[in-house]
Amino acid sequence: MWGTLAIVTDRSFSLRGVVVRRGDRAVLDDVDADIPSDGITVLWGPSGAGKTTLLRLLDRLDVPDAGTVSYGGTPLDDLDVLALRRRVGMVFQRATPFAGTVRDNLAVAAPDADDDAVRRVLQRVSLDAALLDRDADTLSGGEVQRMCLARTLITEPEAVLLDEPTSALDEGPRRTFEQSVLELARDGLTVVWVGHDEEQVRRVADRVLHVSEGRVTT
Amino acid sequence: MTVSLAGLAVSLLLVGVAALVSLLWRLGLELSILWAALRALVQLLLVGGVLVLLLAPGRSLWWSWLWVLLMVGYAGWTARQRAPEVPRLLPVAAVAFLAASAVTMAVIFGLGVLPLTSKTLVPIAGLIIGNAMTATVLVGRRLLEELRDKRDEVEARLALGQPSSQASRPYLRAALRSALTPQIETTKATGLVFLPGAMTGLILAGVDPVSAVLVQAVVMFLVLAAAATTTTVVALGVVRRLFTPDHRLVAPSRS
Repeated sequence: MWGTLAIVTDRSFSLRGVVVRRGDRAVLDDVDADIPSDGITVLWGPSGAGKTTLLRLLDRLDVPDAGTVSYGGTPLDDLDVLALRRRVGMVFQRATPFAGTVRDNLAVAAPDADDDAVRRVLQRVSLDAALLDRDADTLSGGEVQRMCLARTLITEPEAVLLDEPTSALDEGPRRTFEQSVLELARDGLTVVWVGHDEEQVRRVADRVLHVSEGRVTT
Repeated sequence: MTVSLAGLAVSLLLVGVAALVSLLWRLGLELSILWAALRALVQLLLVGGVLVLLLAPGRSLWWSWLWVLLMVGYAGWTARQRAPEVPRLLPVAAVAFLAASAVTMAVIFGLGVLPLTSKTLVPIAGLIIGNAMTATVLVGRRLLEELRDKRDEVEARLALGQPSSQASRPYLRAALRSALTPQIETTKATGLVFLPGAMTGLILAGVDPVSAVLVQAVVMFLVLAAAATTTTVVALGVVRRLFTPDHRLVAPSRS
């Protein structure tokens, strides 16, 4: 557009020759994969196939025994890990509320966020702002997982990694969570979603990487 | 006041009482009790012998400092034996004991609460290091448990971009709190519930009770400071070993 400077950051991930071993077993065995910036990429496959391990590599919570993981074209080894984790958020399979209220939880992620920012982020995950002063331990399963997503989003990441975030949720809360993530992806957030529920994959995936026995295929 | 050898022999009856309880209840601890009593007696006699040498008139204070160093090494080794699950505890513990000794001795000797002589240095250092050793085992184990049980939470904090020092802080504080609480409770109950060892010993040895109380008060404060210093140094040291420099939590082994 005339007079406008469009800055498009590369938010793609790539893995080249990635190997992760646990003892004698290769959890990931010479994996090459590309995860583009746009939409929702689902890592799909049976339990124990190496999906979570792959996801953890993208946030450098684990490091590969061999090969290279890159974000935005830069190997993670060359990036400041704390800055990377602020750019790439992660929501875990088991909800991890910290001690205190919902507001306290958001403050752990963004101590300087003002009330407007806090309310906006709750809205993005369809959580009622009335829950702000509720103890996080008293939230329902669906609410607490959406709070965890909100806690990640308040750091304004470019990408989020979701490790089977709805596996412990009933159908209703599961659909609400999916809806929130679909809207986030439409707003331009890069999403990598680990899942093994075929129905859900069909509903949310823009593309699927099949992970099986430590290998990745498209 | 002194205890004769015959008196010591008679006091062994008390060990017999403990062994009898074990026999009556079929606890299977008789041999253990006898072994513990015998071992304590031999250790005390050996230490007594060393103290006679160290405290002999005209003996250089350097021998006492050497003894303190030996105690630091032995206590570090013992802490490691008691908490083998805590990675590389020995060097961390040794640094912690030295730090606790430096802080407490700076106050006790540096500010003239007690004169620095072999007679004061050896027992005071023993008190500091003994208590620091217990505190080390407590805090090391507790911290490992915290980080193991709350691993998901710790990683969620790391994933928010927190450095490991910040991500581990709530769990470090919980471990410190639980390691220091017994010491604080003991300090609170002193005098009301029980008469502590140093004071009992002094009164039995014929020192007037007021002097004994004053020494005991100093000892309690010293132990409190030693425990606080040690737990802090150990907790920080263990955290450093449980995280990589690039802020990943290394799986604490369950073995």
